[in-house]
Amino acid sequence: MEAISLIVRSIFVDNMIFAYFLGMCSYLAVSKNVKTALGLGIAVTFVLVLTVPINYLLENYVLKAGALKWLGADFSDMDLSVFSLLIFIAVIASFVQLVEMVVEKFSPSLYASLGIFLPLIAVNCAILGGSLFMQQREFANVGLATAYGFGSGIGWLLAIVGMAAIREKLEYSHVPKPLKGLGITFIITALMAIGFMSFSGINI
Amino acid sequence: MALSSKTKAVLWGPLNKNNPIIIQVLGICSALAVTSKLEPAIVMAIAVTIVAALGNVLISALRKTIPTRIRIIVQLVVVAALVTIVSEVLKAFMYDVNKQLSVFVGLIITNCILMGRLEAFALGNGPWPSFLDGIGNGLGYGWILVVVGFVRELLGSGSLLGYKVIPQAFYNAGYENNGLMMLAPMALLLVACIIWVHRALNKDLQEETN
Repeated sequence: MEAISLIVRSIFVDNMIFAYFLGMCSYLAVSKNVKTALGLGIAVTFVLVLTVPINYLLENYVLKAGALKWLGADFSDMDLSVFSLLIFIAVIASFVQLVEMVVEKFSPSLYASLGIFLPLIAVNCAILGGSLFMQQREFANVGLATAYGFGSGIGWLLAIVGMAAIREKLEYSHVPKPLKGLGITFIITALMAIGFMSFSGINI
Repeated sequence: MALSSKTKAVLWGPLNKNNPIIIQVLGICSALAVTSKLEPAIVMAIAVTIVAALGNVLISALRKTIPTRIRIIVQLVVVAALVTIVSEVLKAFMYDVNKQLSVFVGLIITNCILMGRLEAFALGNGPWPSFLDGIGNGLGYGWILVVVGFVRELLGSGSLLGYKVIPQAFYNAGYENNGLMMLAPMALLLVACIIWVHRALNKDLQEETN
């Protein structure tokens, strides 16, 4: 039950894009049509679901103050949290590389449609952001961390697909010249974000 | 020291015609999230400038020895090491600001400005121009942050850097702080306004399609 409410909350209330602006760069660059947006959204969700729990385990069994207790009493006051940024990004980067190789080997058609976006995911702030928020919120167990990763990914997917759909229709409207392209995209994102804020009062 | 016209272009380009945020569309994430007050915006701008400059120099010095296949991981590790140093320094000397910035210090690692400049500039140029490029892009990123932070803090809480600037008499006369300014979406609208003004002044930057 707790996991379900966490998923719902991270999709709507704590939406990665509308509440924290994470992953904006690829969000702005790849939201020109719905199909590619959907592909990238799925890839991001997939990587988030896998990296957040891995980093959760690393955080709690290796990095946190006293986390190395299972190695013996000598290690019980060791604090490696200084290295958490390095470890997190290394896990993410190598994981993205791994996913890329696996997808290329087993499903060339999916690889062809995602191809260019996969390596870009390593530097997507939403992925590292997911791990850092996981560290900050101190989830009780690995299941909740996975649920959080899944919810954030779906929230990101929802946002980018919605944006792409709006931008496809935008072709037919008259936008002031200096606002064309980037400017109007920012304004639409702001309006969508204000819309999403109406979820913030919901308590699940 | 006299700067040649090329170095000048490298340094000043990112402040105006080649701005990382409003033209190259890099590093938006952190730009929007830390600007509800002026102080964290300034700290963030300084941190990014330092990391961009040093990261550019390091990668540029190593560029002949990094194998191209694993260059992304090498770049990430270099940047992550620099960011770790910056974040420890912030924790030691500016704890309050560090709390406000929360995860966004760590997110400098995936700030696209860094990766973008490393890929596009440092891998093909010597350490000195790369250093200037890093400084230029950091400052170009910084001024947007400072402008947005200034407007949001002034209108949202009537203060600047924590000091009240709107006199009490205004409030007595019925002036209210604009609470909307403290909400995240307003940062997007403000950046959109900056883009609007900037592109109205520079007609050659306007885009043809939506």
